[in-house]
Amino acid sequence: MRHALIGASALLFSTPALAASGEAVNPWVALAYLVAGVLFILALRGLSSPETSRAGNRYGMIGMLIAVVTTLVTHDIASLPEIGIAIAIGGAFGFIVARKIAMTDMPQLVAGFHSLVGMAAVLVGVAAYLNPGAFGILDDAGEILTVSRIELGLGVAIGAITFSGSVIAFLKLNGNMSGAPIMLPLRHVINLGVLAAIIGLTGYFSVMPTVDSSTIFWTILVLAFLIGFLLIIPIGGADMPVVVSMLNSYSGWAAAAMGFTLGNTAMIITGALVGSSGAILSYIMCKAMNRSFISVIAGGFGAESGPADGAEKIDRPWKRGSAEDAAYMMKQAENIIIIPGYGMAVAQAQHALREMADLLEEEGANVKFAIHPVAGRMPGHMNVLLAEASVDYDKVFELEDINSEFAQADVAFIIGANDVVNPAAKTDKSSPIYGMPVFDVEKAKQVFFIKRSMGGVGYAGVDNEVFYMDQTMMLLSDAKKMCEDIVKAL
Amino acid sequence: MDFISIFSIFVMACFVGYYVVWSVTPALHTPLMAVTNAISSVIIVGALIAAAAASQGDGGQTAKWLGLIGVVLASVNIFGGFAVTERMLAMYKKKERK
Repeated sequence: MRHALIGASALLFSTPALAASGEAVNPWVALAYLVAGVLFILALRGLSSPETSRAGNRYGMIGMLIAVVTTLVTHDIASLPEIGIAIAIGGAFGFIVARKIAMTDMPQLVAGFHSLVGMAAVLVGVAAYLNPGAFGILDDAGEILTVSRIELGLGVAIGAITFSGSVIAFLKLNGNMSGAPIMLPLRHVINLGVLAAIIGLTGYFSVMPTVDSSTIFWTILVLAFLIGFLLIIPIGGADMPVVVSMLNSYSGWAAAAMGFTLGNTAMIITGALVGSSGAILSYIMCKAMNRSFISVIAGGFGAESGPADGAEKIDRPWKRGSAEDAAYMMKQAENIIIIPGYGMAVAQAQHALREMADLLEEEGANVKFAIHPVAGRMPGHMNVLLAEASVDYDKVFELEDINSEFAQADVAFIIGANDVVNPAAKTDKSSPIYGMPVFDVEKAKQVFFIKRSMGGVGYAGVDNEVFYMDQTMMLLSDAKKMCEDIVKAL
Repeated sequence: MDFISIFSIFVMACFVGYYVVWSVTPALHTPLMAVTNAISSVIIVGALIAAAAASQGDGGQTAKWLGLIGVVLASVNIFGGFAVTERMLAMYKKKERK
């Protein structure tokens, strides 16, 4: 029985029953998936500028619609009502969450979504293993094809790693679990052992007769869930941009592996796109911290942020300012550069900050925002928050575009950032953040540094020379409250 | 399709991905992650095939249910991912001031 979802396309794409085997004999079907894949490329291409990005997102939606409709009309569907209900439940839930979520919670949301892609990949892989006939991956003797077994083994393994890793990332980002690294003894040995076991078992799985292979298949799955968990628990909160990007990449590779199993162009193109996207983002994040990908994945960074060296630095002189001081001095300023960090997101200070910036502009100041690539908990986190507060994106600059301007700046206003303005990254070879590109705030005539207290140090656990500079005024308060007070004083 | 044709598409798509993603402006990296999330849910195609297949024995029945759960999860992602991307992108605007 064939359900004609869309009459015309059903006719156009109507295929012999062979299509159910996954071997798309009808060129129209292959073409439809190709079109979907190309639309996904255009969706990413659109993101090269904010103007074209909205059209890009639409292309993505159309691509997805084409992929789903094509699949539905070219397969004999025994359970259309159930599928409809499944899409409705999932779709409604996803839509509501997407509407309600606060912009500051984007990192959690993205991590949560990654876990779903991972789990979906696992489910598809297991379903293909249990019912290989429906996926067209049986050979003449009724065994699963060798190449399909490798794809299945890798696919479920990557999917499972994506799932359990993203769940941990979600819990850490959402605050259900401490962001501090959890270090197991011998973890490198354990992790490498488990990884080697997964690869070895996948190889073994590919050569075993189907009847005997189920234990191996399930073992691969369980080990993969385990390794995803083990890989992420030792990674600390501020390394999360790398982790989230990496899991993004994995979710793509998982989709690609399933695409191989199904011989589906849309899935392969998408998987490759998403896989490269996540990999590039991870690379950008690592470079912005001057750390190697391996050292981030090995984890443990920020674990030893010792209160031990916290004791000695209390003695050094620093100046404390009030909201009124800051307001008065910024009124006189011509060039102001604002540097937001994760603290701004925590305090939800973006709206108050924008209000402050608007008032300063009315006073005739030239206000710019400077964003470090690793500020926040995911790539582009600060940009989204500023956009939410309707800060003009023309006023928001990347590190390399604005760093030369600090020498001319009258005021550098640091709100919730710390490590990204620490000059130790340029001068102190022994510092854990040495070599990380940072903002040259020390060149500004006046620095305001919003911080909750003098006690805490940045994520890297290093003291910051900027606190003690002559031109620095510490504004010790909650970021949001401080911005509101400055607004009042203006 | 034979393995080599599929693999060729995959390799080419990796290169396309490489160049396309480098051209994404850093300000839009969060929407990029959200939208890649949404499109990677094209894995729903696999879940639909599993859910749609006529049950063949126990394995087929289980596979059908796993497929249906997969459809639910992927749908969360598709609708949620595109909707949240749309919401974020709507915020990036140039204001007409004075």
